[in-house]
Amino acid sequence: MSDQLTHTSQHHIKLSEESLQKQTTTLNLGPTHPATHGVFQNIMEIDGERVLETVPTIGYIHRAFEKIAERRPYYQVTTLTDRLNYCSAPINNMGWHMTMEKLLGIKTPKRVDYMRVTMMELSRIADHLVCNSVVAVDTGALTGFTYVFQYREKIYEIFEEVCGSRLTTNMGRVGGFERNFTDVLFTKLDDFIATFPKMMKEFEGLMNRNRIFMDRCIGAGPISAERALNYGFTGPNLRATGVDYDVRVASPYSSYEDFEFTIPVGTKGDVYDRYMVRNDEIWQSFSIVKQALAKIRKIDAEFPDQKNVFYAPEADKFHLPVKEDVYTKMEALIYHFKMVMGEIDAPVGEVYHSVEGGNGEVGYYLISDGGRTPYRLHFRRPCFIYYQAYPEMVEGGLLSDAVIALSSLNVIAGELDA
Amino acid sequence: MALTNETIQEKLTEKFGEQLTEWEVPYGMLTFRAPAEMNLKVLQHLYDAMGFQFMTDLTGVHFPDRKGEELSVVYHLHNLVENIRLRMKIYVPVEKPDVYTATKLFSTANWMERETYDFFGFNFVGHPNLIRILNVDEMDYFPMRKEYQMEDPTRVDKDDEMFGR
Repeated sequence: MSDQLTHTSQHHIKLSEESLQKQTTTLNLGPTHPATHGVFQNIMEIDGERVLETVPTIGYIHRAFEKIAERRPYYQVTTLTDRLNYCSAPINNMGWHMTMEKLLGIKTPKRVDYMRVTMMELSRIADHLVCNSVVAVDTGALTGFTYVFQYREKIYEIFEEVCGSRLTTNMGRVGGFERNFTDVLFTKLDDFIATFPKMMKEFEGLMNRNRIFMDRCIGAGPISAERALNYGFTGPNLRATGVDYDVRVASPYSSYEDFEFTIPVGTKGDVYDRYMVRNDEIWQSFSIVKQALAKIRKIDAEFPDQKNVFYAPEADKFHLPVKEDVYTKMEALIYHFKMVMGEIDAPVGEVYHSVEGGNGEVGYYLISDGGRTPYRLHFRRPCFIYYQAYPEMVEGGLLSDAVIALSSLNVIAGELDA
Repeated sequence: MALTNETIQEKLTEKFGEQLTEWEVPYGMLTFRAPAEMNLKVLQHLYDAMGFQFMTDLTGVHFPDRKGEELSVVYHLHNLVENIRLRMKIYVPVEKPDVYTATKLFSTANWMERETYDFFGFNFVGHPNLIRILNVDEMDYFPMRKEYQMEDPTRVDKDDEMFGR
């Protein structure tokens, strides 16, 4: 096997001739640096303020998720998915549940779909809020950050009400949710819907047409649509280049076809376009949340018997029984034990399912050999795929543009390294 | 004419004949197997003539029980215009895992192939920079291969026999 390995000396940093002769400077940005918002290392060759070359190094927080997944019962894989993109964990969780449902052939009730859409769009708002406010911080405007984080906090309180945790949510189960939406949750959602637009408009007023911000962002870190597609870009970063590819529309899941929304696109694919696309997507997601909530309420009003539907009944082999039943009925207790010990086998199959995550197409390629754990599980992680275009985007630009290009790409270290 | 799984299969069979095998449609996605040395030809044809210009995913799988074709590379391609996906697989022996690189066609294959090399040890012939990407440089094995177990197999203090592990 040793002949298949590359020599380690190849990995050592080679200083270029110009650098050795002190014509240019070699700058090590990262692995941890306030401007990188995560563990990213870039070894840059700079001439004054111009970036001539940059070599990204990744893998500092690699946690071997794909290997761990091969040893874990299916329901325990959920906790791995929310540690990928920890800014919008519920989307990853539900993408995984939907992959399992596809494998098992489970069709979820409409009410469950709408509940999922509510949670997924809220996490998209949270994800984009963080990204956009961080772009603002990197351009020197710290105020907007403090505005939006109050509302990110409100979204996390909503998550807490649904699943009990905030960042790494482990939300939902195969087939639906672990429990129904509570009345407190509906109150919190109503409060969010009532107060969010005012804050968002204020944030937009601070940033969107701000002359300094625009001058700083327009033309920084651009990429063409053609190159972006070749690099496998998805999500807001692809749409900023003018390609209207969105998994929610291209291959709808979780009843997205029932919702009215538009796909905002940019033109040049620079930092400002990415910022604006995310900004518009926040409004679209906000509208979807409102629609989904209205749909849930409509179902509850028209069909009172469906008020307690929060998971697909045919998913009972993967959905933990209600706690009262576990304590009082023997069969429920047996099922609970079997599930928690992970002794439920999945059918043989090969399935790819993707959802529109905060940063693009989050894909799950699952091979099941009929056992209790996946035979092979591969995560298509959008950050990992588009971060390789970073050198091409920043080379020839200014060093400070490279910093805002990194934050506007919204590269999440957890998703990058898996 | 809109592309469907059947028309794609017809067109590919017309072009490559019997060389493409194991046609399946698991969960609606057309899947086939190509000979390992032909992967670039098929990818190029799919790219130029059939509009599959978006590489969604590239990954490896290890099947230790399949003698002579232990390692598999799985490509997921997407035709964004017709909005249809397909999956192509190639198999190579573990002793000589040579696969032609797709980096010339898809820039995105660069890191994906590096990752697949890193975990499975494929030798992507013609890759511009085939070095480890996520694991430490000093690692001397390919961890996603099935012979490397998650837990240390020499441990005797843990007994999970009762739980089917």
